[in-house]
Amino acid sequence: MTALVVPAPTSARHLSKAVMWITAGVSALVAFGIFAVLSAAGISEGFNIVAAVFVSAILFVLLSYVLSRIVEGRRKASDRLATGLVTTAFIVALLPLVSLVSTAFVNGLPRLDPLFFSSSMRNVVGQGGGGLHAIIGTLEITLAATVISVPIGIMTAIYLVEYGTGRLARAITFFVDVMTGIPSIVAGLFAFALFAIVLGPGIRFGIGGAVALSILMIPVVVRSTEEMLKLVPNELREASYALGVPKWLTIVKIVIPTAIGGIITGVMLSISRIIGETAPLLIIVGMSTSMNYNLFSDRMATLPVFVYTQYASQGSDAQAYIDRAWTGALVLIFIVMALNLIARLVSKLLAPKGLR
Amino acid sequence: MAIEVQESTQAKAPGRMGDKVFSTSSLVAGSLILAVLAAVAIFLVAQSLPAFLADPADVNDGQGFWTYVIPLVFGTIWAAALALVIALPFAIGIALFISHFAPRKLAQGLGYVIDLLAAVPSVVFGLWGITVLAPAVQPFYSWLVDNLGWIPLFAGPVSGTGRSILTVAVVLAVMILPIITALSREIFLQTPRLHEEAALALGATRWEMIKVAVLPFGRPGIISATMLGLGRALGETMAVAMVLSPSVIISFALIQSQNPTTIAANIALNFPEAHDLGVNVLIATGLILFLITLLVNSLARMVINRRKAFSGAN
Amino acid sequence: MSKRIEVKDLNVYYGKFKAVEDVSLTIEPRTVTAFIGPSGCGKSTFLRTLNRMHEVIPGARVEGEVMIDGKNLYDADVDPVLVRRQVGMVFQRPNPFPTMSIADNVLAGVKLNNNKMSKSDAEHLVEKSLKGANLWKEVKDRLNLPGSGLSGGQQQRLCIARAIAVSPEVILMDEPCSALDPISTLAIEDLIDELKAKYTIVIVTHNMQQASRVSDKTAFFNIAGTGEPGKLIEFDDTTTIFENPHVQATEDYISGRFG
Repeated sequence: MTALVVPAPTSARHLSKAVMWITAGVSALVAFGIFAVLSAAGISEGFNIVAAVFVSAILFVLLSYVLSRIVEGRRKASDRLATGLVTTAFIVALLPLVSLVSTAFVNGLPRLDPLFFSSSMRNVVGQGGGGLHAIIGTLEITLAATVISVPIGIMTAIYLVEYGTGRLARAITFFVDVMTGIPSIVAGLFAFALFAIVLGPGIRFGIGGAVALSILMIPVVVRSTEEMLKLVPNELREASYALGVPKWLTIVKIVIPTAIGGIITGVMLSISRIIGETAPLLIIVGMSTSMNYNLFSDRMATLPVFVYTQYASQGSDAQAYIDRAWTGALVLIFIVMALNLIARLVSKLLAPKGLR
Repeated sequence: MAIEVQESTQAKAPGRMGDKVFSTSSLVAGSLILAVLAAVAIFLVAQSLPAFLADPADVNDGQGFWTYVIPLVFGTIWAAALALVIALPFAIGIALFISHFAPRKLAQGLGYVIDLLAAVPSVVFGLWGITVLAPAVQPFYSWLVDNLGWIPLFAGPVSGTGRSILTVAVVLAVMILPIITALSREIFLQTPRLHEEAALALGATRWEMIKVAVLPFGRPGIISATMLGLGRALGETMAVAMVLSPSVIISFALIQSQNPTTIAANIALNFPEAHDLGVNVLIATGLILFLITLLVNSLARMVINRRKAFSGAN
Repeated sequence: MSKRIEVKDLNVYYGKFKAVEDVSLTIEPRTVTAFIGPSGCGKSTFLRTLNRMHEVIPGARVEGEVMIDGKNLYDADVDPVLVRRQVGMVFQRPNPFPTMSIADNVLAGVKLNNNKMSKSDAEHLVEKSLKGANLWKEVKDRLNLPGSGLSGGQQQRLCIARAIAVSPEVILMDEPCSALDPISTLAIEDLIDELKAKYTIVIVTHNMQQASRVSDKTAFFNIAGTGEPGKLIEFDDTTTIFENPHVQATEDYISGRFG
């Protein structure tokens, strides 16, 4: 901080854009050179482009720091270093995302065929078979969880924003926070413990999975709905009261329609959060190779558990199982991304115009 | 006219009934959450009790419950802590990049990209960790053992598949990155403009401004974001279950083939085949996991709430 | 159709804090009464007690009586929701419902109460109310567009149309022009002059010229200091208040010596 006190001239020497580009080029050249030599010498297996990009980024950051330190002084140099590091952090974080999505595409596409969407795994060993039973199961269980969670979540949020005061509201807020932190596997254990005591041990069925997922979904719905309701200006509530509209009609016809875009977005995002849950379903729903439409009896297949079991218990033709796992993963990614995209669109389209 | 209106102010409007029904149902929904949480606690405890009370000789081939669970608790905390150490610098860097370095127009889009990471299901992360990440980092692990093997963390023999706890930690780090980033970004964006401009007006560079104004302001936010990320990492199941080849041990070595496993992964792997007392034992470990995450999350909330009270006073 | 309002010994509290103390006054039917006074003197709070809107704020309560044509608003058997249908209100900032069209905004008071209405009746009511608020000519071609697309002054007149569509006896206005430009303000003031023929109007304003232009009677509120309750200092014909006030504090305020 002492540097701040030193009087500085208003024009100082600084590195031009061209110099920075040259620095970038040199670092890239060096890094790619090193890796090319390494792969040519057979030390590393093939040319590792990810590592090469990474090393050139680090080289560039270091080089520009040294250059800037010499030409521009210590303060400017550490500014450049920070900028470089922060940008690198961002780019590095993108690597897993890019790698994950591209791997899912490459490995998942071969089996992304009509058969995958039209058949179950009944009597399938080795090649063929599909994930229709798992897709149906996932849709049914997620729908059931949504039907349970959305009314409870939205009504709770309405209670917290419109009615709740004092101790009960504070307690509910606190426990919603606690619920947000429940690990998904614990939610599965709870559903199992509940139904095992009521219906006997060893129980496995779809609706139990829906209950477990609801435990995870309710707090998300409450939080997002609460945020949205709080955004509705009080002036609108007052305007409605002043017209002699009772409180509940004000909430139903003014507050909720004003916030509906945000509420739907929140619900969609919470669905996308739970639709990929694996652990609780593994515990309370189990897995099945054939179609089961009935939520209330017997094991059901779900897409995430399908992916897991295809990978974890590979049969004689291992590659067929791995391919199916990746196709399942790809379908799951599609579903989640679509939900996210629709959620964003909904919030854009339904946002009330002119709301301050 | 006057008389007619007087009557109408006294009449019970239909709205009164609706008001009662509506406010009661919202109250019931809110209370239901309390009931559900109580039920979670009660049922977990009820199903765990047999494990706690059982004769140690009957639990897991005579191991006893606590001998069984302590390595799992260690593995859970160790994996989550490693993930946090990896994720935290990146998360803060990314949050700063989006809030203060990236061009304004790009910032929101970049935020979405990071949020997309949060949307990827954990089972897909597991699949990616085992098929892509583990083979990719294995040569690096070999190099570490050969050259830095004298550090206990990198002691050999190296895992031949790359499926070690360090790989798990990297996968977990990627998974908790979005939550820490999102929360820190929010906090950084809330830095009072006045503080930032005051620093810039004194001739500070952007980095100096961040050091003077943004980071001190955001510190409590970063802490609570970290705790929430830790809570997420502690409970993460599938990625760990798929990537690790588990063994119930306590070991700090990062890249060997013998690795401690976590409570959640252990439940997921063993629950489908468990029966009788085995089920109770697994539920009991789940209860312990619940308590650990509860503790971590409560600490995070406390930090957030204290900060709220503080900023409310300003 | 308009009504006399008699207020007797009214005290308003927010929790333990007494915001308004001992106000008694009588507002005659079909007049415009202005409330003036420095910020925080309780004039808006007092205004809101005239249709029980203060109850929306947690902890607010009232002692005393507000009689509208001999019936106390605060009797146990009175429903505040029904009171508000007789005593309409226009707020400081125009607040049309953002999810509704212009026509729906006008019909809001009727529709939100689940009252069924034939299409022709609804059209008739929209036209009548918008004409009553001097807005018909400007919006008659875009009744189905959102109300938030209008200018601030038009939005405020839309809010007045919305208030008169439920055919109240009294209209309360809480600084209705403070968020508007001078031209829109003039339009609202003209409108108040016309509405006076049918409704009893009470207006809170910070603008003393406005009070002197639009009102028949003026009430001056003041506070002794922060933490003290607001009090009614003087209530008289507007001309008397502005030209020949009886209380020194009123004269000081009018002549701009404080506030």
